[in-house]
Amino acid sequence: MKFVDEFRDAAVIGRTVDEIRRLADPARHYRLMEVCGGHTHAIYRFGLKDLLPPNVELIHGPGCPVCVLPMGRIDDGLTMTEEPGVIFTAFGDMMRVPGTKGSPLQYKSRGADVRTVYSPADALRMAERNPDQRVVFFAIGFETTAPSTALTLLRARARGIRNFSVFCNHVTIIPGIRAILDSPDMRLDAFIGPGHVSTVIGCRPYEWIARNEHKPIVVSGFEPVDILQSVLMILRQLRNGEAKVENQYKRVVPWEGNRAALKAIAEVFELRNYFEWRGMGFISQSALAIRESFGAWDAERLFSIPGIRVTDPKAAQCGEVLKGVLKPEQCKLFGNECTPEHPVGALMVSSEGSCAAYHSYQHRKAFTNIAVNV
Amino acid sequence: MCLAIPARIVEFSREQENYALVDVVGVRRYIDTGLLADDPPVPGDWVLVHVGFAMSKISEPEALDQLRMLNALGESQAVQEEAEGYGLEADEQFARGGEP
Repeated sequence: MKFVDEFRDAAVIGRTVDEIRRLADPARHYRLMEVCGGHTHAIYRFGLKDLLPPNVELIHGPGCPVCVLPMGRIDDGLTMTEEPGVIFTAFGDMMRVPGTKGSPLQYKSRGADVRTVYSPADALRMAERNPDQRVVFFAIGFETTAPSTALTLLRARARGIRNFSVFCNHVTIIPGIRAILDSPDMRLDAFIGPGHVSTVIGCRPYEWIARNEHKPIVVSGFEPVDILQSVLMILRQLRNGEAKVENQYKRVVPWEGNRAALKAIAEVFELRNYFEWRGMGFISQSALAIRESFGAWDAERLFSIPGIRVTDPKAAQCGEVLKGVLKPEQCKLFGNECTPEHPVGALMVSSEGSCAAYHSYQHRKAFTNIAVNV
Repeated sequence: MCLAIPARIVEFSREQENYALVDVVGVRRYIDTGLLADDPPVPGDWVLVHVGFAMSKISEPEALDQLRMLNALGESQAVQEEAEGYGLEADEQFARGGEP
């Protein structure tokens, strides 16, 4: 295994891969879903699939917030830029994501006041410095970013900043996993649980997956050795006929999560009855809305939102790829009509979407292109 | 937005609670540490930062591993942009002249 020699964990990686090969029953086919887009990126970047036996398949889950955001919500958000005195702020990741009439960046080039921020706190500060304008922050992300938006709203209230509002598009990971498990063509054996989401929610919210669905889930770090060790922990459980929640990423993820972050989320947000996930359809109680007590900072109450719905072309098979029924390259549009430059479906929209990751790294072999020069 | 960036706490702001000056990939920026209220960091501690908010405390070896990892993932430029982006056009303390 020459290709891993330059990597710090070469010996551990080698031993882990050997152990995976020993444990994988050649008579079985294993389908493991990594829920988090960060894991998907790492798996492709490091060519981890090439290290696994062919009967251990990794399926790439719905954990890329930019990918699962319906295009209509981008359109809805961008209508606010037509109101007088509005500064529309969003993370850099959102700037090139297409809406029906263009991306936020294209709106900016047509004269809208659209600005990139790297933190919701900066959008709030922008509101403080521009008291005559209304600053809207386009909030997006799973439980990793929701606490920051929540704390920003708590700070806005404490400091009495009234020209700031949030267009809330936060989603929650558990209902997304549940929707995948509930789908009739689901054929997963286990999950690699998200790392950074779990620093916030902890490991308990996954217990139903083990208890009710009888599927192992291992919360994992992002290094190649972390992901491989998580695969090994899953295979051990499957061999022993077990289904439990395990935490491979103990050095960062506490079992109970981050209570202060969960408290901020609970204080500011409530669950929406349902929310659309691009590629998956409407999922009940899967997203956060701003509570009425924070209505003065809720862009959905302050602006008139058209509620635009955009349906992806039928030919795009994102749902099947998400559930592991199809691999990215098996979709009819992959690589010809649908590319990272011109995404047709959800999974091509961000570099953490499985189709975009596959498209970028499809020629890469395990570890060959890593430059370890820190 | 999904990046977890290691930063080392330099000092806390006297004016604003839970507001810390940090060293983050070679630049100095203010971040919010309010989400670590249950186990507040002290100067010298390493934290993982998501979108300008410290989300968890980590050890120094873990912080260095995470930096190396972000580099190997090809995220160095995105990390640098995000870190430099915190605090808009730099905080007013910097505008008045150099490091606090």
